[in-house]
Amino acid sequence: MKRIYVNEEWCLGCHLCEYNCAFANSGLSDMALALKGKPIFPRIRVEDGEKISYAVSCRHCTDPICVKSCIAGALSKDGDTVRIDGNRCVGCFTCVLVCPYGALAPGENGVMRKCELCLDNACGEPACVKGCPNRAIVYEQRGEA
Amino acid sequence: MKRYVIIGNGIAAAGCIEGIRSVDGSGEITVISEEKHGVYCRPLISYYLEGKTDLERIRYRNADFYERMSCRVLYGRKAVRIRHDRHEAELDDGSAVGYDAVCLATGAAPFVPEYEGLDTVPRRFTFTSLDDALALEKAVGPSSRVLILGAGLIGLKCAEGLSGRAGEVTVCNRSPRILSSILDEESADTVRRHMEKNGIRFMLGETVSRFEKDRAVMSGGDTVGFDVLVTALGVRPEISLLEGTGAQTGRGALTDARMETSAAGVYAAGDCTESEDVSSGRKRVMAILPNAYMQGHAAGVNMAGGSEVFEKALPMNSMGLFGLHVMTAGSYEGETYTEKTEESFKRLFISDGLLKGFIIIGGCERAGIYTAMIREKTPIASVDFEMLKKTASTAAYPPQMRRKMFGGVV
Repeated sequence: MKRIYVNEEWCLGCHLCEYNCAFANSGLSDMALALKGKPIFPRIRVEDGEKISYAVSCRHCTDPICVKSCIAGALSKDGDTVRIDGNRCVGCFTCVLVCPYGALAPGENGVMRKCELCLDNACGEPACVKGCPNRAIVYEQRGEA
Repeated sequence: MKRYVIIGNGIAAAGCIEGIRSVDGSGEITVISEEKHGVYCRPLISYYLEGKTDLERIRYRNADFYERMSCRVLYGRKAVRIRHDRHEAELDDGSAVGYDAVCLATGAAPFVPEYEGLDTVPRRFTFTSLDDALALEKAVGPSSRVLILGAGLIGLKCAEGLSGRAGEVTVCNRSPRILSSILDEESADTVRRHMEKNGIRFMLGETVSRFEKDRAVMSGGDTVGFDVLVTALGVRPEISLLEGTGAQTGRGALTDARMETSAAGVYAAGDCTESEDVSSGRKRVMAILPNAYMQGHAAGVNMAGGSEVFEKALPMNSMGLFGLHVMTAGSYEGETYTEKTEESFKRLFISDGLLKGFIIIGGCERAGIYTAMIREKTPIASVDFEMLKKTASTAAYPPQMRRKMFGGVV
């Protein structure tokens, strides 16, 4: 399947992907209105190491441990995509406890939000990829399944 | 056509059904469900009382689940015996269901010790099923004084669930430490203080010496009046059906990694089982939902002739109590690394060059990175542990490891 990958050598650590993600998932058409002066809850996060930086979002695992561990039945595999039903999530953070990538974080209201590849929002393609100024984030099929 | 019988209808059963169907689309599946509900999220019963879920959303799978999976569910029926010599499960109505493979997914039952006068208490409850929650919902009103015995996971979630509905909630516990199965003394204090701020009253280090209808006489001599009593003193694996099957048991059902017991064709999954804790190497009952699903799924796949193992079992918990998140995993042995503030707490346990366990209260971001290190036994020497112990981040992994993990080119 196609996944979001990050070439960490090219990541500038600019955090623009986080803003693009939060905007794409805000449901609003004006970026300033969506983000200015508000706490943002992106579904992709830049990890800043001492010498490197790279963005992390859901890997859409073939055998996702978060789905198997969700105590509310809110996470599911829909084709190749790991989806969350925010209506069922109770914010227990069990998915945070089990995800080895650190790819889940709560959104507003304490309910989990995660990367769903911008399948449902107005962007229609991963906003983090589209807006990455150095093309460090790509959406492509690689060797593994 | 193969015949499968699943005894129990909780999360392990749901995993088992999905496991079977991932291999065998046509075999006959019969689920024996003592409870009259379709599979629901058992840990969510306290959220139900709190109003954070409802009878629709508490379903673990959509309403058409059994139909979609072509399962027959016998609601309100109880299995009374497994006649493994005949490959039959006998039910409480005298009927029997034949099987080629059977999975025990009976869970664990609340344990209620003998107390003098307990039978004089008119309104007493346990808190492990949806029916318990529905009964409590009816019994508790704005002026109710609720007494909960037991300050474990079930007792404290019950306290939280009822706090908005009841007049007062008191939790009494024999041990001076709350959540003693998952917290150490200091971390338990952090959680207790937070719960007290939210109106929960604790009586710790005390036991009830006898009940007199609506009063509990404590071991120290005090008397506590109450309207509703909840006993939350732990659960025991429900394994009586394995008697006579030849399946070996300890405190729970013993299985191999394929979830088959020592009686060929008899499988077990979920809270009724005992398995090896990867962080300590010791056998124990790890009655947690993720294990139940994964064990059930593995059992189902193997029952249907496929191959799946469940290993790397790890005790772990994540729960919120009045907005404070408590996460724990693994075992608490070895040297410790601790960070604490008034409202947060983090303690990592390190032994034999491995991360063995952690207790994190408050800042729980990306804690799964720690959990994975425990489960995969990642040597701490292979990562930048000085960085990692402060912040759970894969940035502390060496580049090759990280790139492999994230599918990059090494």
